[in-house]
Amino acid sequence: MLRYTLLRILGAIPTLLLVIALAFLMVHAAPGGPFDEERVLPPEVEANIEAHYNLDEPLPKQFLRYLVGLTRGDLGPSYRYRGHTVSELIGTSFPNSLKLGALAIVIALLLGVGGGTYAALRQGAFADRFVMGLSMTGISIPVFVVAPVLVLLFAVNLQWLPAGWSGTEGVGRYVLPVITLALPQIAYIARLTRASMIDVLARDFVRTARAQGLGTLRVIRVHAIKPAMLPVLSYMGPAIAGIITGSVVVEEIFGIPGVGQLFVRGAMNRDYTLVLGVVVFYASLIVAFNLIVDILYAVIDPRVRYR
Amino acid sequence: MKTIRVTGGILLVIAIAAVAGPWLSPNDYVTTDFDAILAAPSAQGSHWFGTDNLGRDLFVRTMLGIRVTLMVAIVASLVSLVIGVAYGAIAGYVGGRVDAVMMRFVDTLYALPFIFFVILLMVAFERNFLLIFVAIGAINWLDMARIVRGQTLGLREREFVEAARLTGVSTPRIVLRHIAPNLLGIVIVYVTLTIPQAILVESFLSFLGLGVQEPQTSLGTLVDAGVAQMEQASWTLLIPASLLALILMCFNFMGDGLRDHFDARHDR
Repeated sequence: MLRYTLLRILGAIPTLLLVIALAFLMVHAAPGGPFDEERVLPPEVEANIEAHYNLDEPLPKQFLRYLVGLTRGDLGPSYRYRGHTVSELIGTSFPNSLKLGALAIVIALLLGVGGGTYAALRQGAFADRFVMGLSMTGISIPVFVVAPVLVLLFAVNLQWLPAGWSGTEGVGRYVLPVITLALPQIAYIARLTRASMIDVLARDFVRTARAQGLGTLRVIRVHAIKPAMLPVLSYMGPAIAGIITGSVVVEEIFGIPGVGQLFVRGAMNRDYTLVLGVVVFYASLIVAFNLIVDILYAVIDPRVRYR
Repeated sequence: MKTIRVTGGILLVIAIAAVAGPWLSPNDYVTTDFDAILAAPSAQGSHWFGTDNLGRDLFVRTMLGIRVTLMVAIVASLVSLVIGVAYGAIAGYVGGRVDAVMMRFVDTLYALPFIFFVILLMVAFERNFLLIFVAIGAINWLDMARIVRGQTLGLREREFVEAARLTGVSTPRIVLRHIAPNLLGIVIVYVTLTIPQAILVESFLSFLGLGVQEPQTSLGTLVDAGVAQMEQASWTLLIPASLLALILMCFNFMGDGLRDHFDARHDR
């Protein structure tokens, strides 16, 4: 197990380096510097600014400097928010994104696994087709359509819930953003659960358990749920990536000061270090999460360790 | 089979409307009607879907948006098809260590938050229309590569490929002439599932203001504009949003149905 874990960690490092290098190159290959404004600066001023941010150095050297900074958690200074470092900006906005994302994942798992199992037990019946149709609809409708429609319905017309984040307190402001983020994940997890549950319920050990007289719920809880959850567990990596992607839109629509909003603002302002920092931050998060999922998978299903 | 026919029919109607619709309307997509700013849908002035905050006819703009959205999606899917089929066929046919390395690379790419890279690309290179196609196609080829590789692994062992190999046909020619045609069926099935993904990415970018630019429009751009007006004029949001959802749903249901129908090896 230790060997497997170490190998996985070693395997994640090149992935991470590849991501950082790719993002770094893309930002630096961009035509037009970050300080190109409508007003043309005198060449001396421009040279000074470039020297201040070490932009006059050759690219490999800049990249090394960036990597060294990363090991200390330093993502460099923001080009637009003067006097703030990128790490600072991400640090203050990440808690908001984390709360939303964690809530969305928990809800998605509960409803997705529940709905999927229910559909599997009613395979072919109306209830099954209804749940599956609903989940296909959930997968198809993009986050940026769900969010404004929910706002229009529950905030503007019915006025049950706040439309935005600022100026409101309490749980109410979490409801709509979390639902929006969770919806496609609920749908996806339900489909995955249904498929693998049907598969597992047809296996011999389940039949044996049933033959011994165990009730359906008990069979699922004690015998079927663990093997049936393996595909869902593998999906957790992409699920996190999906929620992060969705949070970009959700934070923009609901005006939530999170990392997604930071990213969009940074992209609009051509704040290259900020955009680069967010990409590196989120990519590391996803890679780390995939790593944890891989290790958890090996704990639940020891066979993968020996492949 | 019924699902495929119904969803295919709906998509066909939408596509025909998108091509022919603008000719039926007396309005065009840029002219401002000062008498009808944010007008509700009505026959008055032939604004069947109403107008936006600049008094532009939303029916024509929506039809144009569908056109752009579908076009981007189809071209992007073709890009991903070419990359995915080539990559998967080579990995599957050559096999061995090459295959292991190539597929490991695909696994690595799967772990990346692609949309962020696309956004980075759009920011760095000034929202180039052509770049949207390439960027979306370049991120959607992974599934295709995996599926094609799996199929190729099976095809490689078949007698007709062996016969070709024994008669001295070169490897590129075998892949091109003997393997590729046999992949056609499965590739077509999976393209129908790639198209909605491409639509999603394009409209996502356009919604953020990074994709298709004014006065050109796409469904994502229209939804974005609709969000700004939704409190006074809900139709500016609801019409393009529901059409976008309908198109995505049809493609997903159709792809799902096609896969169930033709890809027996895919469970359920």
